[in-house]
Amino acid sequence: MEVTVKTAKQLRLTEEEFELIKQKLGRTPNFNELCAFSGMWSEHCSYKNSIKWLKTLPREGKKMLVKAGEENAGLMDIGDGYGVVFKIESHNHPSAIEPFQGAATGVGGIHRDIFTMGARPIASLNSLRFGNLNEAKTQHLLAGVVHGISHYGNCFGVPTVGGEIYFEQKYHTNPLVNAMSVGVVKNGETVSATAKGIGNPVFFVGSATGKDGIGGASFASADITAESAEELPAVQVGDPFQEKKLLEACLEVIQTGAVVGMQDMGAAGIICSTSEMSAKGEVGMRIDLDKVPTRQQNMKAWELLLSESQERMLMVVEKGKEALVQAVFDKWDLPCSEIGEVTDDGILRFYMNGKLEAELPAYELVLGGGAPQNTRDYIQPEYFDKIKGFNPDTIEVPDDLYEVAEKLVTIPNIASKRWVYVQYDSMVGTVNASTNAPSDAAVVVAKPTNKGLALTTDCNSRYVFADPYKGAMIAVAEAARNIVCSGGQPLGVTNCLNFGNPYDPGVYFQFVNAIKGMGEACTKFDTPVTGGNVSFYNQNPDGPVYPTPTIGMVGLLDNANKKMTMDFKAAGDVIYLIGTSRGDINSSEYLHKIHGVEFSPAPHFELDEEFDVQQKVASLIQQRLIESAHDVSEGGLFIALLESGFNRELGVDVVASDYKIRKDGYWFGEAQSRVIVSVKANKQAAFLQAMEGFAFEELGEVTTGSVEVDGMNWGRITEWKEKYDNAIANLLAGHDEEHALRAL
Amino acid sequence: MKFGVVVFPGSNCDRDMQDALQNDLKQNVTMLWHKDKDLSTFTTEDCIVLPGGFSYGDYLRCGAIARFSPMMQSVIEFANAGGKVLGVCNGFQILCESQLLPGVLLRNANQQFICKNVYIKGVGSDKALSIPIAHGEGRYHADADTLASLEKNNQIIYRYCDAQGNITPAANPNGATKNIAGICNEGRNVFGMMPHPERACSDTLGNTDGRLIFKALVMNGIAQAKLASLV
Repeated sequence: MEVTVKTAKQLRLTEEEFELIKQKLGRTPNFNELCAFSGMWSEHCSYKNSIKWLKTLPREGKKMLVKAGEENAGLMDIGDGYGVVFKIESHNHPSAIEPFQGAATGVGGIHRDIFTMGARPIASLNSLRFGNLNEAKTQHLLAGVVHGISHYGNCFGVPTVGGEIYFEQKYHTNPLVNAMSVGVVKNGETVSATAKGIGNPVFFVGSATGKDGIGGASFASADITAESAEELPAVQVGDPFQEKKLLEACLEVIQTGAVVGMQDMGAAGIICSTSEMSAKGEVGMRIDLDKVPTRQQNMKAWELLLSESQERMLMVVEKGKEALVQAVFDKWDLPCSEIGEVTDDGILRFYMNGKLEAELPAYELVLGGGAPQNTRDYIQPEYFDKIKGFNPDTIEVPDDLYEVAEKLVTIPNIASKRWVYVQYDSMVGTVNASTNAPSDAAVVVAKPTNKGLALTTDCNSRYVFADPYKGAMIAVAEAARNIVCSGGQPLGVTNCLNFGNPYDPGVYFQFVNAIKGMGEACTKFDTPVTGGNVSFYNQNPDGPVYPTPTIGMVGLLDNANKKMTMDFKAAGDVIYLIGTSRGDINSSEYLHKIHGVEFSPAPHFELDEEFDVQQKVASLIQQRLIESAHDVSEGGLFIALLESGFNRELGVDVVASDYKIRKDGYWFGEAQSRVIVSVKANKQAAFLQAMEGFAFEELGEVTTGSVEVDGMNWGRITEWKEKYDNAIANLLAGHDEEHALRAL
Repeated sequence: MKFGVVVFPGSNCDRDMQDALQNDLKQNVTMLWHKDKDLSTFTTEDCIVLPGGFSYGDYLRCGAIARFSPMMQSVIEFANAGGKVLGVCNGFQILCESQLLPGVLLRNANQQFICKNVYIKGVGSDKALSIPIAHGEGRYHADADTLASLEKNNQIIYRYCDAQGNITPAANPNGATKNIAGICNEGRNVFGMMPHPERACSDTLGNTDGRLIFKALVMNGIAQAKLASLV
């Protein structure tokens, strides 16, 4: 088959890229080789339109045990001889087409990134975005994604301990599915994704290879269109039982001392793992593709190179120790096949029944090597004028705030996500310390140490849409705030950068400014970005999604028993707000959902003010002066008060401290850097002394169940809880009935 | 006494069970690989535990393949000889598939996986115990004759209830017949339950109700006395 620029374009390479490939090879590539470049130079694998900006993020810290981006996931020291391994990754495109398998394999893929480094995954989180929940399409996607995550994660046996879900029209066609995994590893037992040692055998372990997921990496590097459903074979199919066995076998084989290097096969399958491991070790490989176990007959070389069949690993083994490896995989009844060896010339040679099918310099394929690194133009999108033009004075303060609160508490973005999370096994592994005592971040025990890890994912993308720079800072700040309110010290960040098409200068403007804001905030909180993932092309003919730079953050508690919880403990405890009340309604759920205002600036946020609030909360926790801590986020102060009351069904008696502030902004505004705490009467004097000179206000006190606001009775906490807990289930059930009626 | 915890390739609560028994309850625990058969070091005073998880993937009926594993042949012999066997979640499903316990576990009434704390009442406490469940197929079902004989012989060891201990339809998370959360065999040496007591044994995790269950069912030898007094 003759390879031309037309072939290259069909494989989603540009004309310039095709020329560059010819130049690098000194010849025209054959079809197999072109396919290899297509996968490796896809946005998904090469980060070609993002890497220049990613390098500007703070990526160093004294607790980092591997350099950012160097391995499959970030690795940071937690003391006592252990490290935490963590990463977040997107599976947006597959989930848009086939939500169940898309989400399931997203979970599988991120766990492999953790255990390929030798760590046992102990917790997972996920950050999800869907369109309007009133629509049947969204309900189908939500049910499928949640079922997929539940199916894979529950069987694999790692608890889903946290995450976030938002419903916004902008995600109608392009849902976002970001999965995060966190693992623990003993120092010195980690494995690097590096090929070393000339003559060392290369092993293929795990599931047999089929034709599923071929071209997945390049599929994820294009907009979603009406034709996307035809790309169904680009979606992978997962088998959590197989992955569970692969996990145990991989951790066991590491103990034999036979493993030189290991990398999981995710995007772009064999070509990606062989080229990245070789390039990093500055070696080459000879691979016999016919030795790869397959589950379909007559697979071609390019299919084997690009297949994204799940639950597979590439492993370089110390020569002479092959039998040790074989024994472990036999024990777990998993395919294990020696498919080649490490060579000294930096060239990857793929053979099929003795015939050379592709010959490629590993370096030229990979990020940091020959893969293109583009500089893209960007320009402020026009919608910013509308944002700047918003005048909050045009919004009248409603007479009946109770009625507003009643609506707010059932908005899917605010209401309990119970319908979703009861479908996840959140307790397997017996590490989740938040089940019986909730905190703003999930606190898990890093066995076998007594340390706690505080885990959270955060991104209010409407804030980022309104102001990419400030919005990304807020995402980082909120993650850190959640960790601090849980008694933890922020440690490090993994990010999942979900944006539209990078060739759209307006989208790229959002991306660039979000990176700038994220970098500044991460520097302030001393939380280096240890790795992550970029997902562009979350776009369709109607436009891009909200810019969504999801922050996954890990915090450390020296002892898991010292965690702080978010729930009020007893009636009579005094409630304080740490931070400053403002009449700011910008970009709030209140303004967006109740008043229908799409364009308004991001809410109030100052990085230094935020940092000071967090420091203050951390010191109050350390001095044991407070009973609970909960940050004010979506829905504002009133919703935060309810959330603190729900767990023990305690109410509040609160009065707005400043009558000059507009009341809707006071109770429902989303100005940042605010935390509500409760204090026992006998600690009040010490608390007030500790707060001297700091902005705070007394709101009222915890009650046995009644909710009193500004002297008016707003019912019982149990009534609010009923509304909050069941809002999403009621909405979905209502639609079930409608569907049933239509079917009749 | 000592415990043996069977590890199937898809077990994922085996380590939790080991942790709870060894570290929280200070018991002697041996892990048993599904391909092995040897239980010669165990006496009928000891207890074999089948932990939760997805034994062999459970893509067929849960536990349907596990019952044929080499280790299960030995466990069946051990049980028939009077040895104590406790199956939790997937372990309960395997015990039913192995016909060591009567009845079956069907898909939850709401067709979804459910993970949350529930209350159960039965052996080990007069009060409702808070214990987590985590299963997609935990709806206990048996025919009328079997149910009648279970009730007659006091073989229903746990029922779902509310916080006050009332056994009501609203407190039944999965649609199980008669709110059944756990049963034992006629010989009172084989116990199966859907809720996970091993997830409720640690002070750090804030719930230790599970310890009462292990103590009552298999450690203190009081099970039979208590069973007789159970409603």
